[in-house]
Amino acid sequence: METPIIQIRDLGKEFRTANGPVRALQDINLEVDAGEIFGIIGLSGAGKSTLVRCVNYLEVPTEGDVLFEGRSMASMTEKERRATRQSMGMIFQQFNLLAQRNVIRNVCFPLELIGVPKKEARERAMELLRTVGLEERALAYPAQLSGGQKQRVAIARALATNPKVLLCDEATSALDPDTTKQILELLKEINRAMGVTILVITHEMSVIEAICDRVAIIDQSRIAEVGAVSEIFVDPKSAIGRRLIMGEAAHQAEAFKQQRSIRIIFDGRESAEPVISNMVLACNAPVNIMYAATRDIQGKAMGQMVVQLPEDAASAERVIRYLRSVRIPYEEVGENEI
Amino acid sequence: MKFDATTIQMLRTGIWESFYMTALSSLFAYVIGLPLGVILVVADQDGIHPIPWLQKILGVIINLLRSVPFLILLFIALPLSKIVIGTRIGSPAIIIPLTIAAAPYVARVVESSFRELDAGVIEAAQSMGASTWQIIWKVLLPESKPSLLLGAALAVTTILSYSAMAGFTGGGGLGAIAINYGYYRYEPFLMWISVILLVVMVQVIQEVGTRLSKKGDKRIR
Ligand SMILES: Nc1ncnc2c1ncn2[C@@H]1O[C@H](COP(=O)(O)OP(=O)(O)OP(=O)(O)O)[C@@H](O)[C@H]1O
Ligand SMILES: [Mg+2]
Repeated sequence: METPIIQIRDLGKEFRTANGPVRALQDINLEVDAGEIFGIIGLSGAGKSTLVRCVNYLEVPTEGDVLFEGRSMASMTEKERRATRQSMGMIFQQFNLLAQRNVIRNVCFPLELIGVPKKEARERAMELLRTVGLEERALAYPAQLSGGQKQRVAIARALATNPKVLLCDEATSALDPDTTKQILELLKEINRAMGVTILVITHEMSVIEAICDRVAIIDQSRIAEVGAVSEIFVDPKSAIGRRLIMGEAAHQAEAFKQQRSIRIIFDGRESAEPVISNMVLACNAPVNIMYAATRDIQGKAMGQMVVQLPEDAASAERVIRYLRSVRIPYEEVGENEI
Repeated sequence: MKFDATTIQMLRTGIWESFYMTALSSLFAYVIGLPLGVILVVADQDGIHPIPWLQKILGVIINLLRSVPFLILLFIALPLSKIVIGTRIGSPAIIIPLTIAAAPYVARVVESSFRELDAGVIEAAQSMGASTWQIIWKVLLPESKPSLLLGAALAVTTILSYSAMAGFTGGGGLGAIAINYGYYRYEPFLMWISVILLVVMVQVIQEVGTRLSKKGDKRIR
């Protein structure tokens, strides 16, 4: 098996501040395979930005190491790290374009840093602007572009040196839903066409669903769980995973939890049959749907639904027996989870 | 006091002397102050190349120089003029104390321009593997240009007003004319003329600075 392109080993980061130490990352172990789109999701302050900045050593971890293509970044000299960074493009929430340079000179910037001749750099930049669909705006300045266009320029710039990895820190968080979709499509296309490994940092589950193969959930400086997106979406193991997938519904549902509830899991098989109405008809018992999230992930219907069982115990038992007989995965939802 | 050819000639010389004292002092102040401003930002604790002790010492020296009243600095520095320029009187002699007074001021003005710059842009350059020098030359300076030009207008007009003190050390310029005729000889007419000319010079410098800054700023659509 091939070595993962990025290996994060026992990584930790503690910031020293005037008010004492702040722990941003603890015991992080992750492996990102070459060619995949890997997501890292977590709530605000979880440590996502710090983690991605540790990957290219813009932030030096206080513990552990990052291996890029098997080479330890911790034992590199600053010069070697700078060279390694040229193999890792990065894009940001606020785009971070050079405001006093026009579009094409922004894209030329990383090439200038490594001394690529001007003419060659311009040709490469035009080629990249074509890829991101902005060749007519080559002479515009960032202030004259929309957010989505700025991010396209930033993507072109990040790709100029032919990096193997693209790090995206909340790259779509400043964009509206339509533009977000377009940028995510572009990233997917870049991953497919150029084989660039992409590390996506986000706080939005929809971004993960849209483009990631695998995801790590980070919570309070630690990795809560890692896995294929399809698996985690169907069956999140951690409390934070459930919260991220269910969003606000997780809180709303709390109010109804006096009664017995079950989680019905859709793992792609039952997409064709109307599970719930069949169940209601077969058991002759009403159920209360408290939460439902079923989505199309990679061509299959995936997701889950939380239903409240009928009040009387006999009817409730009938529903449970029905689900077991038709082999639909379910689990009882306890007091403090949903 | 008549407004004759001699007077006009004297005012002309005054304008010229004010101009070259200010221009040369500004030039030297920037030659020294600009790199110091870069160090203040770059060597800072959370700068791109932290050297906290250097940054702190530099900060203290700059504050020290900035807290000495110019008139006192002028007399302290004149012996240095004697060594460097060969004279301690006249307009050229004041260029040394003016430069010493203005360089720390310029360093602070330049520093504040750099600090206005969005940290994200520097982070982006670092993520592309830029070295400290590359960030200074290709990001810090060009991206701060509009702000640096505004700061320069501020610094140069301040230097011009300080150059008026040359009158106290036998130097020339419009300020000296105003002091000599207005203060020592009670001829307010010439004093007012000189002051008005100084005001015009300040206006012109400020206007040029503002225009250059706006014209070169690509953030404006
Ligand atoms: N330079 C710093 N100095 C001190 N503390 C820091 C620094 N950078 C980050 N932190 C702290 O580390 C923790 C993680 O921050 P980080 O920016 O990585 O979170 P995040 O997951 O990216 O959040 P967000 O979604 O809001 O961007 C926070 O508690 C933050 O206050
Ligand atoms: Mg962040």
